[in-house]
Amino acid sequence: MTVGAVTEALQEGATAAPRGRRRSFGRYALGKSVGALGSLAFVLVVNFFLFRVLPGDPGRNLGRGRMESAEDLAAFNEAYGLDQPLPQQFLTFVRGTLTGDLGTSLRYRVPVADLIVDRVWPTLLLVGTATLLAAVIGVWIGVVGAWNRGGRFDKISTGTSLTLYSMPEWWLGLLLIATLSVGLGPLPGLFPTGGLSSPGVDPTSLAGIPDVAWHLVLPVVTLTLAYLADYSLIMRSSLLDEIGEDYLTTARAKGLRDVQVRNRHAVRNALLPTTTVIALSIGFVVTGAITVETVFSIPGLGLLSTEALSVPDYPVLQGTFLVASAAVILANLAANLVYGVLDPRVRT
Amino acid sequence: MSAPQPSHLTARQLARQRRSTAWREGWRQFRGHRSGMVGLVVLTVFVVLAVAAPVIADAEGLSVTRATGGVLDPPSSEFWLGTDDKGRSVLTLLIWGTRVSLMVGLLATVISMVIGTFVGLLSGYFSGRTGAVLFRLTEWFLVIPFLPLAIVLATVLGPSLLTIAFVIGVTSWPGTALLIRSQTLSIKERAYLERARALGGGRWHQISRHILPNVMPMVFANTTLTVTIAILAETTLSFLGLGDPTRISWGSMLDDAYSVGAITTGSWWFIVPPGMCVVLVVLSFNLVGQALEDVLDPRLKARR
Repeated sequence: MTVGAVTEALQEGATAAPRGRRRSFGRYALGKSVGALGSLAFVLVVNFFLFRVLPGDPGRNLGRGRMESAEDLAAFNEAYGLDQPLPQQFLTFVRGTLTGDLGTSLRYRVPVADLIVDRVWPTLLLVGTATLLAAVIGVWIGVVGAWNRGGRFDKISTGTSLTLYSMPEWWLGLLLIATLSVGLGPLPGLFPTGGLSSPGVDPTSLAGIPDVAWHLVLPVVTLTLAYLADYSLIMRSSLLDEIGEDYLTTARAKGLRDVQVRNRHAVRNALLPTTTVIALSIGFVVTGAITVETVFSIPGLGLLSTEALSVPDYPVLQGTFLVASAAVILANLAANLVYGVLDPRVRT
Repeated sequence: MSAPQPSHLTARQLARQRRSTAWREGWRQFRGHRSGMVGLVVLTVFVVLAVAAPVIADAEGLSVTRATGGVLDPPSSEFWLGTDDKGRSVLTLLIWGTRVSLMVGLLATVISMVIGTFVGLLSGYFSGRTGAVLFRLTEWFLVIPFLPLAIVLATVLGPSLLTIAFVIGVTSWPGTALLIRSQTLSIKERAYLERARALGGGRWHQISRHILPNVMPMVFANTTLTVTIAILAETTLSFLGLGDPTRISWGSMLDDAYSVGAITTGSWWFIVPPGMCVVLVVLSFNLVGQALEDVLDPRLKARR
């Protein structure tokens, strides 16, 4: 997984080059921020060229299937500035992006930025709840499993986690819909099959809150199970790394009870990599929700991008791609900074 | 195994002999790994299914016009896993889908491993500007969210089997590159490389004859993990309708099932089997990968 690779890179920084003077946190943070800015610039460049330089006429690519006559195409090219030289186009694009102008949706005929602002809340609600639940439950499962390694709980939880880890999360969602929403045989469906609220109920009103919560149960369960697998496996292996350490023997020799040794000493140190992974996975907020939102018809950013696929609505795809990448880069920076505070060894 | 007689062997033969002993020893350890062996057996079954697909299931069964079954018929003695919305046998589709899913997965993995190993080796070996630039590039690609990029690329390039493999390949290499880079960094400092340098071995010689053979086992172990990403990605992209419309894969079956409403009609035989196949194959690759890592890095064994 990408998240795993990122932590590996972080940890490599922690172990590599133990000699050499340690940088102050300020310089470390500055270095990381400059790196993040570089990544953002790279994403902007990719975002620009992906839609313009790849095979085919950009006018045709951007408005596939909608340009019937040559005049249409010319008008379209002019409207999007496609008749100008490439460097000029790039400048216009960067200026637009920096001022929050992401173009106009081909399908909805409204600014992409407005669409994104509208659709970001359901995604944040869904992914935020799921991340929180998965973090709490996943850490707990990992701790209990690692502390009693090889026991029955450990075997069952590791097996379940690995299976969930090997499962496309949207397929799990489909199964949940088929069993709990549609109903199995004589059993009636318990939950709604999709959407964020019932028709006629205002999701922002007070009466709408339980309705929205009811609609979010299955999607949240699906995403939680998907994240849970990640978190519990990482928590388990980082706690196992700590178990043989001398300071735990010292803690036991001091006469601490087993639970105290675990919670006050081992878990504290083992939480470090897990915290990073959780911080990083927050960056994958848009990515993670794409398929689950599609399956459950939750009107968030993920559904926005899959809906844009069928048109295809390139400005919307471009906008959601930009938001998705920016989220990952910012979360990555945050994880790096947190790691720098928690473990000064990485600041070499 | 008789003791080698050094006087009769050239350096190359000696190296080869040593290597084959190492492989045999590795295989012996792998066999002792129960979950790894289970994974290997399951994978073998699927590979056999994929290769023998034309023998087991008639390709005629894929044709929409010559379909003989009813619409979404439940499993029966004629159609063991029921029929799809066009009257085709789900079992036949499943067997042929194995081919596409495995093929795309393997092709994407090869692309990803080649790019990842190449970039990782060079960025680890060259400590100067080249290495720094390649490392930066890896970091940049690492933070680009995979699914949105894959969606954008697949939309722009148009749906086909090769596009899908290419898209997955070029978006999943950075993890491998980082792993190979850190391996290369540690191997570079070892004494035998200093010896090779002292004897006048050039950069190419050092990389190809000393570093590459040493990172190869790591590359192989990592392959199993990349394959899982590739197969899951192929399934997801096909489910989103970005797969090759002319080929059947597990993902495209699920896309069909979803869009004809197999969920609301309760046609579980069209939804459960393709997903189960994905889970089985990916889980098996994960188990084999874990076992391989244990064999390669005995320190890890303490963790499991």
